[in-house]
Amino acid sequence: MSNKCCKNHTDWQMKDAAIDLARLEPVLEQYDGVQGSLITILQKAQELYGYLPVDLLAYIAMRAGVKPAKVLGVATFYTQFRLNPVGKNLIMLCQGTACHVNGSAAIEEAIREELGVEEGAITPDGLFTYNNVACLGCCSLSPVMMIGEDTYGTLTPERAKEIVRRIRADG
Amino acid sequence: MSTQIIVGKGSCGIAAGASRIAALLEEGLKGRDCSIKTAGCIGMCYLEPIVDVIENGAKRTYVRVDADAVAEIIKAVSGDENTAEQYEIPKEDDDNLHKQTRIALANCGIINPEDIDEYIARDGYKTITDIIREKSPEEIIGELKTAGLGGRGGAGFPTWFKWRAARDAPVPKDGIKYVICNADEGDPGAFMDRAVLEGDPHALIEGMLLCAYAIGAPQGVVYVRAEYPLAIQRLETAIRQAEERGYLGDHILGTDLSFTLRINAGAGAFVCGEETALIASLEGERGMPRLKPPFPAQKGFWQKPSNINNVETYANVPWIIRNGGAAFSAMGTENSKGTKVFALTGKIKKGGLVEIPMGSTIRDVIYGVGGGIRDDKAFKAVQMGGPSGGCIPADLIDTMIDYRTLAATGAIMGSGGMVVMDETTCMVDMARFFLDFTCKESCGKCIHCRIGTRRMLEILTRITQGEGKDGDIELLHDLALQIKDGSLCGLGQTAPNPVLTTIKYFRNEYEDHIYHKKCTAKQCKPLLRYTINAEKCTGCTLCSRKCPVDAITGTVKNAHVIDPDKCIKCGKCAEVCRFKAVVIE
Repeated sequence: MSNKCCKNHTDWQMKDAAIDLARLEPVLEQYDGVQGSLITILQKAQELYGYLPVDLLAYIAMRAGVKPAKVLGVATFYTQFRLNPVGKNLIMLCQGTACHVNGSAAIEEAIREELGVEEGAITPDGLFTYNNVACLGCCSLSPVMMIGEDTYGTLTPERAKEIVRRIRADG
Repeated sequence: MSTQIIVGKGSCGIAAGASRIAALLEEGLKGRDCSIKTAGCIGMCYLEPIVDVIENGAKRTYVRVDADAVAEIIKAVSGDENTAEQYEIPKEDDDNLHKQTRIALANCGIINPEDIDEYIARDGYKTITDIIREKSPEEIIGELKTAGLGGRGGAGFPTWFKWRAARDAPVPKDGIKYVICNADEGDPGAFMDRAVLEGDPHALIEGMLLCAYAIGAPQGVVYVRAEYPLAIQRLETAIRQAEERGYLGDHILGTDLSFTLRINAGAGAFVCGEETALIASLEGERGMPRLKPPFPAQKGFWQKPSNINNVETYANVPWIIRNGGAAFSAMGTENSKGTKVFALTGKIKKGGLVEIPMGSTIRDVIYGVGGGIRDDKAFKAVQMGGPSGGCIPADLIDTMIDYRTLAATGAIMGSGGMVVMDETTCMVDMARFFLDFTCKESCGKCIHCRIGTRRMLEILTRITQGEGKDGDIELLHDLALQIKDGSLCGLGQTAPNPVLTTIKYFRNEYEDHIYHKKCTAKQCKPLLRYTINAEKCTGCTLCSRKCPVDAITGTVKNAHVIDPDKCIKCGKCAEVCRFKAVVIE
């Protein structure tokens, strides 16, 4: 993180106007010069903005003094990082072995039917996005999904739909 | 004497509603001489939420606790009347727990993971307060050698050997070596490490401290997967408490030992379970494995000598040092010592965590502790070792749990995932499932792994869609061997195992799919055919009303017919039919 003489956030305009670069400033300062902290910076940036648009990655590269290709390379390597925005509630459908054996495919079908969108897309009301994810480690409750930080286990297609409806009703 | 109430709050307990139960208990017992505490997962996930009540030294365990049960428990605690008996743990389940031998899980579900005093009360940190004053680092490594502890991440490589190599590595100028814990439990179907992190984080810290002492490392890192937020939070708390008590930091308890520990959250990549890939990820790079040697013991994290073990391995170490290596090696078989934790899931009655001595059989786990197959269906196979492992068929159920005997079947011990499958699981579909996983998770460095797994996936997908061709099995076999030879890291080399073991033991299923276009487990939709048995059909019209594509025709009180050209095989008709008239072939 050497390029201190370079432009700072006030010179950069993000395509997504909701991204306020000033909020990232404390993170960049905290990890300024800390070797190997790129993944941590990306994690914190995603926590702040919900996703990592490509122009934000370019900005982080500039501030960290590394090539944008490297930042993009890291961001696309790990499944945690999202380059596109998601709905207010991110539904993670576990596709681990136990969930697969216990019918996670039917749960995905039910969720897709209930939301009316494909994996990764945002529902028109902006409330939901669903993603298939690797094992969530709650195998004894399979099939499982996580919405935000909450885990829902022993799902049936009907129960999965009900949970989504309840969250939708709460806004 | 006050009453203690313990609510099991591992991730599974919380998912089953434990937080709400704790809140209800708290509210209902307000003002009484009661303390409500948290514990981690006891391993009986199928009985969650679980509440323990300790009164006058006697413990009662309540299971599958709901709001009604809470009301009864409160009455029982208040001494009003004891009508909570119906919620007490069945004797059989309680016995199951005592049948196990718990070393790595000794404290899980018993102590409050957020209270260091409860850990200390159970001999926690005794190795640091007492034993290391008497035992040299060499002696610690010697105990591990006597114990015969093998790495619990899967391969079972002798732990003492790794520690010795890291100890013998020349000390760099700045004096830094690293102790690294691999808590990136990526195997689908495995959650042993999560249970230890959530239920007994101090055991991990103590194990890492002993490693730090043995190899002379002043710094440590725990690489935890980001999917385990609760584990990270509890480990953070534990590290802070250990620092406050002087078990971590400079000159620990006035000795020459100094050790600082931090957490690094992974970002989701299965390949980071491989140690050189994990190191790359710790350094902020794409997590791609590199050629060994040099081994991490010589050049690891930031090129410093580093020792990497997984959570369960470290969690075994304090017990071994306290009780002696011989006590550990007294359990198990000639090649595999001690105990092993398994995550028992899938089509099993009593899923959860099981810790048993090596040398037990698969039958002991599935039918002994696990209670057998759900709905009493026929046991078909058990998948062990995740994407690097294989499926062990029913007729090998008496196979001993031992690194060598399991490897001889084509599967591996692995990190401890045991996914049980019954007659309704299609083995070709299982192979396709794992290849889909390894194909997505291949880091892309080696061509055989990157492209070979994709080709295998395409063939398997074709077979499950009814488009299998003569020669496919041979082609899969050929590709599998090439991937094994052509991949750098262990994950690539083992990626074809799920396919090889299913071909070895379930070749008939592959042949049924390819030559007879038949899926006996009735899982591969394109191979199914839905018809209505005219004798059973009462003409209730329910199926035709529920059919999403209007493929079912018929009039009231007359047998209905499914048009195979329109049918999308969604299974709705079979689901709603009350007369079992829909036949699936």
